[in-house]
Amino acid sequence: VRTSIERQRYLIDFTLSSLLRRKTKNGGLLVIYTLIVFVLASVMFFTDAIKREASIVLAEAPEIVVQRMVAGRHDLFPQRDISKISDIRGVSQAGGRLWGYYFDPAVRANYTVMVPDEAVVAPGTATIGAGVSRARLVSVGDTVSFRSRDGSALHLTIGEILSSESELVSSDLILVSEPDFRSLFGLPTDYVTDVTVRVANPAELVTIATKITQILPDSRPILRDEILRTYDSVFSWRGGMMVVILSAAVLAFVIFAWDKASGLSAEERREIGILKAVGWETSDVILMKFWEGAVVSVSAFQVGVILAYLHVFFGSSAVFEPALKGWSSLYPDFKLVPLIDPGQLSTLFFLTVVPYTVSTIVPSWRAATIDPDAAMRQS
Amino acid sequence: VRKSDVFLLAVSTCVLLLGVCVLHAARARAASSMALKEMTAMVRSLELTDLCLFTEARYTRHLSQADLNTPFQDYPMSLEHYPSGSLVMPPETIRRIGAHLD
Repeated sequence: VRTSIERQRYLIDFTLSSLLRRKTKNGGLLVIYTLIVFVLASVMFFTDAIKREASIVLAEAPEIVVQRMVAGRHDLFPQRDISKISDIRGVSQAGGRLWGYYFDPAVRANYTVMVPDEAVVAPGTATIGAGVSRARLVSVGDTVSFRSRDGSALHLTIGEILSSESELVSSDLILVSEPDFRSLFGLPTDYVTDVTVRVANPAELVTIATKITQILPDSRPILRDEILRTYDSVFSWRGGMMVVILSAAVLAFVIFAWDKASGLSAEERREIGILKAVGWETSDVILMKFWEGAVVSVSAFQVGVILAYLHVFFGSSAVFEPALKGWSSLYPDFKLVPLIDPGQLSTLFFLTVVPYTVSTIVPSWRAATIDPDAAMRQS
Repeated sequence: VRKSDVFLLAVSTCVLLLGVCVLHAARARAASSMALKEMTAMVRSLELTDLCLFTEARYTRHLSQADLNTPFQDYPMSLEHYPSGSLVMPPETIRRIGAHLD
């Protein structure tokens, strides 16, 4: 066993000397390879972490949200129709929600204005999310003015700022009292924005949603499962921008593995010829090439994954930030909870390290099986 | 010092660092349970339906509540105006209907 280990160590010594002889080429290769693993691992860490948080947090969202549709658009829901929903057998609670959007021209940001159901916000006051506080530079006790529907100013005193730990759900929220909400948007008292429905037995959800559309044909029920599925698909490996990022990275990797697999340089071919001439077996050459592939790919994989972890969980995914922020003036400052999925990590390992190592061995095997004299002459 | 020793030392250090990342993730998850509980409680009490990820447009702020036609104003596979709009793919059924338009 000791002889075998010693033999492998001599091979690694030789391989490293061989790689260091072509420092610039192999150094460049290592940097590109590390960069590809870094991008792929960053996407993986980011999507996994955000999907996990969405699934935990939104598991408490209302079982059914019922919207009224007019001419294909979301419209206000008449209060009188709420009782038609709460009378359906299996519905434990149905209540109207009051919420809307307010565009603040001062900072060019969109806020979500809501009337809380349980927590009480006194008229004339508002509870704001940490993002709103940052955007408007306001804190508890300050007064903020909003332009009402009729052009008059609505002055609200900040009573509380929601904790920064909850920014992922509350960054742009402004919680106000019902009278303030109705006067801000000019909403009639007999209308709400939409209706939330609580159902005791989850098995009855689809049946109840079907009944709602039968009783109120102009309504659109949205099930909690659909909400959860939305967030699963937004950050899916198979959907949207992730496909663009991934396909670019995978394509770069394929090109560069293909370049490796398609042939050896004249110098490498001559090196193999000399090694064979001085007595190396074909198996020794293949083993040496295996180590060459393994040294580059394992180093790139490890460094790429560690850098990706630091980037996503300590550097706030700075590389993805421009795409995620887009046109937003108000962006939540949230820290993702780190998550390492061993299954995903092993998939990444087998997709990057194995093909590269194999693509290094194959052409060397072809060169190592021909006569050393011919190998040296061909170069 | 042999080159193989340096390489094996570097690989072992990286394995150790990966182990530290795994441990850090486990500890951070345990420490974050309070923040998650707080967010979950907020979602329940305020009856929230969406994460506050993209505030640039109405339909990107509340992805699950948007009108089905809103994000795809021109036709189902049209390019999106807002960057975050392009993160979301239309549902499979709509993609099938709009496939011939591409």
